[in-house]
Amino acid sequence: MEDTVKLTGTVSVKKSEAALIKKTSRAVRKNATETVMKIVLFICGITGVASVILITLYMILSGAPAIAKIGIINFLFGDTWYAKKGEFGILPMILTSITGTTGAIIIGVPMGLLTAVFLAETAPKSLRNAVKPAIELLAGIPSVIYGLLGAVLVKPVFYYLEELIYKDDPTHKFTGGANLASAMVVLSIMILPTIINISETAIKAVPEEFREASYGLGATHIQTIFKVVIPAAKSGIASGVVLGVGRAIGEAMAIMLVAGNSANMPALFNSVKFLTTGVVAEFSYSSGLHRQALFGIGLVLFVFIIIINIILNVILKSGRKGTAQ
Amino acid sequence: MKKKSLLATAAALSLSLVFTGCGVSVPGGEETTTTTAAQADDTTAKAEDTTTAAAATSTGELSGTITMNGSTSMEKVIKALNGAFMAEHPGVTIELNLTGSGTGIQEAMEGKCDIGNSSRALKDEETGLTPTIIGIDGIAIIVNNENKVTDISLENLEKVYAGEITNWSELGGDDKPIVVIGREDGSGTRDGFEGIVMKNSEAKYAQELESTGSVISAVETTAGAIGYASLANVDDTVRALSINGVVPSADTIKDKTYAIQRPFICAVKSDSTNELVKAYLEFALSEKGQEQVKNSGAFPIN
Repeated sequence: MEDTVKLTGTVSVKKSEAALIKKTSRAVRKNATETVMKIVLFICGITGVASVILITLYMILSGAPAIAKIGIINFLFGDTWYAKKGEFGILPMILTSITGTTGAIIIGVPMGLLTAVFLAETAPKSLRNAVKPAIELLAGIPSVIYGLLGAVLVKPVFYYLEELIYKDDPTHKFTGGANLASAMVVLSIMILPTIINISETAIKAVPEEFREASYGLGATHIQTIFKVVIPAAKSGIASGVVLGVGRAIGEAMAIMLVAGNSANMPALFNSVKFLTTGVVAEFSYSSGLHRQALFGIGLVLFVFIIIINIILNVILKSGRKGTAQ
Repeated sequence: MKKKSLLATAAALSLSLVFTGCGVSVPGGEETTTTTAAQADDTTAKAEDTTTAAAATSTGELSGTITMNGSTSMEKVIKALNGAFMAEHPGVTIELNLTGSGTGIQEAMEGKCDIGNSSRALKDEETGLTPTIIGIDGIAIIVNNENKVTDISLENLEKVYAGEITNWSELGGDDKPIVVIGREDGSGTRDGFEGIVMKNSEAKYAQELESTGSVISAVETTAGAIGYASLANVDDTVRALSINGVVPSADTIKDKTYAIQRPFICAVKSDSTNELVKAYLEFALSEKGQEQVKNSGAFPIN
């Protein structure tokens, strides 16, 4: 506004012309705003996509050379990881990530699912109002805090158990409680909120008619939940589980503090190294091929996550088909 | 109008900043050349004169920024040195990152930082750098405070880490399994430890932890644990074992009777012409600098 007034003052044109200038300049400015905003929106829109493409390219470019140099068979199926000696076999880490995640799922899914059922179906409203925010808070707690608590609370328990179980076994390598079992417990707690929140939503989305029909046939509340509601919500629950798997397999900070981080084959009371912790723990001091090999691990982890996402998409798609029919 | 004038002010401000930046740094650079030359002369001439030379330097307005990255085990030493250096030269800022010896050396090689701090000797593939040893670190073998064992021979230590000795009773302690704790693959401390101790066998760890502090706290909380850490970082939460009867201390490290020790290195690009970095290294090697090294728990080079 000030600009135009000043303009008329300096150029001293007729009033009608001034109005015209004012009008056109406003139109131009309006058009400009439109275009600028469209560009801004476009940039925001493609940033995410561009990041994915860049990350994918970067991981392949920096991970592939090491894998090629080590040999894909040696890299994926070698059972010794000893960077100083130039041995870069990540089979123990792959198996550890898989068993660790499986263990977390075995402990976490039943607990999470039952909590979701409790929240969605049987909890009194006042209790629900207390539990629900607590679980949401659980989802927001930084992973390193889970690790710290694991190191202080979980590790000593497994140290005690280890000394009891392996008392007379001289071949056992004592881990002081930093082992796969501790990592599984910490991971299972970490994936709880994901599973609970998504399962609860899925259970709540089951149409009320299903329940009414079930009650009408004489089923009890519990029978209805386990025979009707959960089967009807299974694709939602499955996607919660898959997301939980995603979180567990990608977690590093928390389990680094409780897993022991030696690249051994997975066993409950073995000190183990996950794919993620392998990268985090060694990156800062690595150099040369060792560092490249860590990018190789990153690439393997990346492929894992992509596979999990594909599985998730398949589940979601089949779920949608199921409700459409 | 308002926007334009704001823009103009911002532009003017940034311009003036650039100019003042130049104004400070250009003469500062010149000053540096002269003062460091003087300082170098003094250090070679008389040790007592170093303090006066340093005092003269502080009036000579050394200024600029030194960036450094590297070893976590050197943290205490480097921070003490940096503090003393910046106190003497208020115009100097030192940006310190602690991401590990490997990263520090790599960044120094790539020119991403001026000084790469390393708690191990440079490897063959790490070329183009000139290492300056600024101090010596003793690696302490630590056990839980409840442990009754006080001494271990270098041979037995190797056997413990190789997994041949698995119970403290074999070393004169309680009947308790040994939990072997160490650092992650690639760590300078681990390299230092294994280079000195693991002569004939490979170390097999129960826990590989990613920092000196983690090792100490793991040993503190695990009754059967044994670990290793920079002597500089060991406090009374854990107990350091003597090696072959030699207690780790300043004296035993200086006279080299304590077996497990390693160098602390500041690596600088060999073709570096950065006078500020030169002044820093000279300071680190000066009596004052070595005093800081000593006070922070590492050991002076002489």
